[in-house]
Amino acid sequence: MIADSRLAPRRRLGGTAGILLTGFCSALAAGLLIVILGYVAIQGWGAINPAFVTQLPHPVGVPDGGVGNGIVGTIIIVAIAAVIAVPIGVLTGLYLAVYGRGLSAELIRFLAEVLSGVPSIAIGLFAYTICVKPFAHFSAFSASFAFAVLMLPLMIRTSEEAIRGVPTSIREGALALGLPDYGGVVHVVLPAARPLIVTGLLLAIARVTGETAPLLFTAFGSQFWELNPANPMAVLALQIFTYAISPYDDWHRQAWGGALLLILAVLVLNVGARLALGRHGKKS
Amino acid sequence: MSLELDSPRTVEVSQRGLTARQAIADRVFRIGLVAATLTFVILIAGLFAELVHGSWESLVAFGPKFLWSSEWNPVTNHFGALPFIYGTVVSSAIAILVAGVVGIAAAVFLAEFAPPAVARPISFFIELLAAVPSVVFGLWGLFVLAPFLGSTVDPFIQRYLGFLPMFSGGIYGIGLLTAGLLLALMIVPTVAAIARDLIQAVPNELREASISLGATRWETVVHVVLPSARAGIVGACVLALGRALGETIAATMVIGNRPAISASLFAPSYTLSSVIANEFTEATSSLYLSALLELGLILFVISFIVNGCARILMWSMLRSQGRRP
Amino acid sequence: MQPAVVAAKDTVPDLVEIALSAQAVSAWYGSKLAIRDINLDFIRNSITALMGPSGCGKTTFLRCLNRIHESALDARTAGKVLLAGTNIYDADVNPVVTRRRIGMVFQRPNPFPTMSILENVTSGPRYTGMTNEPRELADLAEEALRRAALFDEVKDKLRDPALSLSGGQQQRLCIARALAVKPEVLLMDEPTSALDPLSTLKIEELMEHLAADFTVVIVTHNLQQAARVSHFTAFMLGDADRVGSVVEFAPTGEIFTHPKDSRTEDYITGRFG
Repeated sequence: MIADSRLAPRRRLGGTAGILLTGFCSALAAGLLIVILGYVAIQGWGAINPAFVTQLPHPVGVPDGGVGNGIVGTIIIVAIAAVIAVPIGVLTGLYLAVYGRGLSAELIRFLAEVLSGVPSIAIGLFAYTICVKPFAHFSAFSASFAFAVLMLPLMIRTSEEAIRGVPTSIREGALALGLPDYGGVVHVVLPAARPLIVTGLLLAIARVTGETAPLLFTAFGSQFWELNPANPMAVLALQIFTYAISPYDDWHRQAWGGALLLILAVLVLNVGARLALGRHGKKS
Repeated sequence: MSLELDSPRTVEVSQRGLTARQAIADRVFRIGLVAATLTFVILIAGLFAELVHGSWESLVAFGPKFLWSSEWNPVTNHFGALPFIYGTVVSSAIAILVAGVVGIAAAVFLAEFAPPAVARPISFFIELLAAVPSVVFGLWGLFVLAPFLGSTVDPFIQRYLGFLPMFSGGIYGIGLLTAGLLLALMIVPTVAAIARDLIQAVPNELREASISLGATRWETVVHVVLPSARAGIVGACVLALGRALGETIAATMVIGNRPAISASLFAPSYTLSSVIANEFTEATSSLYLSALLELGLILFVISFIVNGCARILMWSMLRSQGRRP
Repeated sequence: MQPAVVAAKDTVPDLVEIALSAQAVSAWYGSKLAIRDINLDFIRNSITALMGPSGCGKTTFLRCLNRIHESALDARTAGKVLLAGTNIYDADVNPVVTRRRIGMVFQRPNPFPTMSILENVTSGPRYTGMTNEPRELADLAEEALRRAALFDEVKDKLRDPALSLSGGQQQRLCIARALAVKPEVLLMDEPTSALDPLSTLKIEELMEHLAADFTVVIVTHNLQQAARVSHFTAFMLGDADRVGSVVEFAPTGEIFTHPKDSRTEDYITGRFG
């Protein structure tokens, strides 16, 4: 007599329930994005108009008013941060990729990983103690410094991976022509690694564009059109925070509008980075 | 074997060495690489040194007692970190409990059961969730999650479990539980994405061996796949815990910002990072400022240890499978 | 073993002058010895084939001749390689400059992926500081592409990406790129192993002309190729257990008709493992 070839009902049920449960959790996590995005879109859409993105903030009760200075401030601060972070990040990544053998390189990689988990507010405090306190006033530059430190781990890691991803045969091709180290790296290896490095840069920019905590005591915020990085400057994320915790309905409305702008910017950067990566992946 | 040496041609060619400019460029290049790397190391060392330096006054004034003193009084210049440590630990614990369960379950589904057509969009959404700025989470938490919990979920829990101290007391909507749940949402993507990658990294031979013994796919996952990815998954959770511990803006917006220790999860509380965010620009005395910086130092040290452990756990798993991390 | 340079047959150029001489060359990967004590002379304007089964160390030996072996992790070399009388391993000799005098073509075509056809060919002259003069570069590129028998195929699309070429064209582009630096010696590491028969034929044809101006060393595991293109052949043996070394070195005609060593004979007649 052959044993019953069907699975015991308990085992079958357990498996089905498990798959359903894990599937539900995935849907929950993915659904959250849709819920939050949807909510921000619905609430924020009404607040967005030409005045909102071009005008200065108005005092409570005065109609119109916008976050124009915050948008400009965000762009300035992030741009300066990128200018600081890109050379240090790419060169460190290059060092790790080309000469990165042994204990000291492992230690630097470890530090980069750990730095990526250090709370942004602690990095904001660091920026405060070395860029704000000595000059006795808040500045956009100090915010850029904090953002640059926040961008570094990601820049270092993606640069190292991008450069390691360039095939050895290409690197040896440059070597065999008699190019000096820097020549091979600058003219051959870096151009080949560029798409991936740009992807990393876009992701790093997306990461700091939404960052708020370090701004509280670096950029500080401003009611004016401020273009000088040595002065306090308005930043979109900071304006959202300030408006959200205020007691005024009109400001809440503006907070949703600002949140919609911010989330769109961050998502566009993320999706753009992924698309660039995908195209590159297919090509090679 | 002897042979004539200087043919005219070799003389001409050997003059074509590295020009002075090339030699300098090569040198500058090497120095640039080392300088950039040193800059990075100095930045991290500077970060630690500046936090220690800034909090020195407070370190001297309060010593280790700072960690377990619960008085936080700018007027009398008495500062202790316990309420903030309590708020940080409890809100993060709630977050990692919820996010751990949901995230690992989602990772199992995505790595083991979902067909690619389903797994790809869900993974994409979960990864984008990680990109949502914390101030947007905070805004949503403040205006949507907190009122919903305060009006619906919390009273329901209290009706049936109110005899437990953790579910007693007044309900405000904002508070420890709300902050913990909001933080959970924020760190779910971290757990899910890393755990998914680690589960996928488990060698297929293990699965095949288990299936060939007559186990179902579910039993294979529970008894074979998850245990062999355990160290890495724990690492992913610890990493996510680090995120929750340091998260500032979202927590600040929904935790209530009151430096009190209460047994109830419905009560308002305060975290290390949110007190820095709220009070730093208003700190009047230098000791007050120093105490806030010491909170930052505590945060830095905790996150350094937590992240370091997480990385070591994940590396150990990948190493044991003979892969480069 | 010190191979005697056998008197020239009709395939050997009249003037016998040694362009490159390997003396007691050994190479390691980590602690593993890959080749030991190889002595070989390469005659100016001749083509020498390094032949042998996979794993015999022929590629490793070739990579020692332009000091590219040492760029790999943990790789190490001992012995001397004399280029026109100067040991390229001397402390005061710059390996970068040495590689300009000893060009190399790899097993798989490796054009620089972000550059156009023209940029690939001129990359050597431009980045080694030979010249930056557009006129001169264009002349160098044309000359190199002609020598590599590629000019007519690409003259109308010099600005196209190098990767748009076929595999065989890419390999000839790599040959042109190496020639544009005007090396004295050209090392070729199984340059046709990744190519189709037609492309292989083209490269074998152009090699005949190359010998007029360069000293060529080619690694091949293909007997017919060695017989067709080379003036001299070195037969090497070695595997995972035995360190690679040269078994026999002689003019190609001789080694294929009257091998002195029985192991060479076994390999040539196909009796080898």
